[in-house]
Amino acid sequence: MKGYLGKISTIVWKDLLSELRTKNIIVSVLVFALLILVIFNFTFEPKPEIMASISAGILWVAFTFAGMLGLNRSMLIETEKGGIEGLMLCPVDRDAIYFGKVLSSYTFMLIVEIIVLLAFSILFNLPILIPGLLLIVFLATLGLAAVGTLFSVIAVNTRTQEIMLPVLFLPIAVPLLLAAIKATELVLLGESWGALLSCLGIIGAFDAIFLTVSAFVFEYAIEQ
Amino acid sequence: MKEPLPANFKPTWAIEAEELTKSFGHRLALRGINLKVARGEFFIIFGPNGAGKTTLIKILATLSKPSSGSVRIAGLDLKKSPAEIRHQIGVVCHQTYLYDNLTAYENLRFYGRMYDVTNVEKRIQQVANYMGLVFVLKERMGTLSRGMQQRLSIARAIIHNPEILLLDEPETGLDQNALLLFEDLLTSFRRSNKTLVMTTHNPERGLKMADRVIILAQGKVVYEETKPDVATFKRGYLCEGVRY
Repeated sequence: MKGYLGKISTIVWKDLLSELRTKNIIVSVLVFALLILVIFNFTFEPKPEIMASISAGILWVAFTFAGMLGLNRSMLIETEKGGIEGLMLCPVDRDAIYFGKVLSSYTFMLIVEIIVLLAFSILFNLPILIPGLLLIVFLATLGLAAVGTLFSVIAVNTRTQEIMLPVLFLPIAVPLLLAAIKATELVLLGESWGALLSCLGIIGAFDAIFLTVSAFVFEYAIEQ
Repeated sequence: MKEPLPANFKPTWAIEAEELTKSFGHRLALRGINLKVARGEFFIIFGPNGAGKTTLIKILATLSKPSSGSVRIAGLDLKKSPAEIRHQIGVVCHQTYLYDNLTAYENLRFYGRMYDVTNVEKRIQQVANYMGLVFVLKERMGTLSRGMQQRLSIARAIIHNPEILLLDEPETGLDQNALLLFEDLLTSFRRSNKTLVMTTHNPERGLKMADRVIILAQGKVVYEETKPDVATFKRGYLCEGVRY
C-alpha cells in the first residue's frame, strides 16, 4: 500500500513541479474562468432576491468549462513526448496512474477555483467563506476531476480532441452539476445543513461511483 | 493471477512469442509471429516501414495487448504478470517518454522512483556518467538537442538496470559521438549477459552487433539468420522480395 501511494504521489509531484515551472495550465484556465464570470456579470443584472439562484449556475459554468480546459491541457502534456506510454511502462498498476492524474488535476482545479471564488465574491457581492460552499466545491470538483481524467485520456487519442472532451464529459457530469448548482444555491440562500444533505448525498455518491468505475475503465482507455 | 517464481529462477529464453497476432480494426499488423530470443542474445529486427516492427516492440513492452497468441518475457506470462515484466525491461522508442518542463535530473529521478530504484541519486549519477549527461543534468529537457534528448531517453530506459532492453530505432537523432557512446552501452549490456532486441534500418551497424536477425514484412517473419554477413543478409532479403 505504501508503494502504491508512493507511485501516486510521485506522479502528482511530477505534474505539480512541471506546472510550477510554466504555470501554463493554471494561468490559462484562470483567465478563462475569470472571463466567464466577467461576461456573465455584464450580461445579467440580477435583482438581489434572485442573485443566489443565478450566480450558483454562473459559478459552476465557470468551474466546469475552465476545468475541461485544464483537463485537456494536463493530458496533452502526457502525449507530447509519449509521457503516458512512459508511465505505462512503469511497474505500477494502471489505476495508480489514474489516481495520480486525478489528484494532479484536482489540485490544479482547486487552486483556480479558490481564486475564481474570490473574484465571484467581488463581482456578485456574495459571501464565499461559508463551510457548506467550500465543502460543495471540494466534493463536486473531485467528481469533475474523476470523470474528466478518464474522458480526457480518451479524447487526446482522437483527432477531434478539443471537441471530444465536452461531448463525452458533459452528459455524464450533468447529475453532479445539477446537484452542485442546487446545493450552492441553497448555501447562498442561507439554508441549513439539513437542506443540503440530499444534494451532498448525490455528489458524494457520484464521486464514489465514478472514482471506482473510472479507475477500472482507465486501463482499457489507455491501452491500444 | 501472478505466477510464483523462485528467487533465483533464470529462464533459458528471455522472450518467447507463439502465434502472435495484432489487428487494428480489419488491418492485420502482425500475422502469427513465432519468436524465441535467448538470454544474453542480441536480436535485431529489420523490416520496411509498416512491417510491424514497432507493433511487435510495443507488445513485448506491455504497451499494447496482442489480439491472439502468447508471449512470455523472462519466463513470465505477458497477460498474467505485466507489472513484474516491466521491472525486467527497458524501452527506447521514437518518443523519449520524458517531460520538457522538468530537468534531465528530475526526469531521471521521476522514473527512478516509479521503478523503485534503491539509492536513486547514485544510480542517476551512474547512468548520467555513462551517457555523457553529467553536464546537462540541471538543464530542462525541452532545451536539449534531439541527440541529448535521445541519450537521456536511453538513460531513462536503463535507470532500473533491466535484464532486457527493447530498442525501437534508437539511433534516431543521435550524433556520431552519441552513436559511439550508444554502441559502447550495447557492448557493455552484452558483456553483462543482458538481452537486447532492437529494430533498425541500418543493416551495416545492426549486422555488426547482432547474434541473430529477422526481417519482418507485412506482419510476418520472412527471413531469419544467425550472424549473417552483409552480403548474405542482402541476398536473403532480396530473395524474400523485401524492399528497403
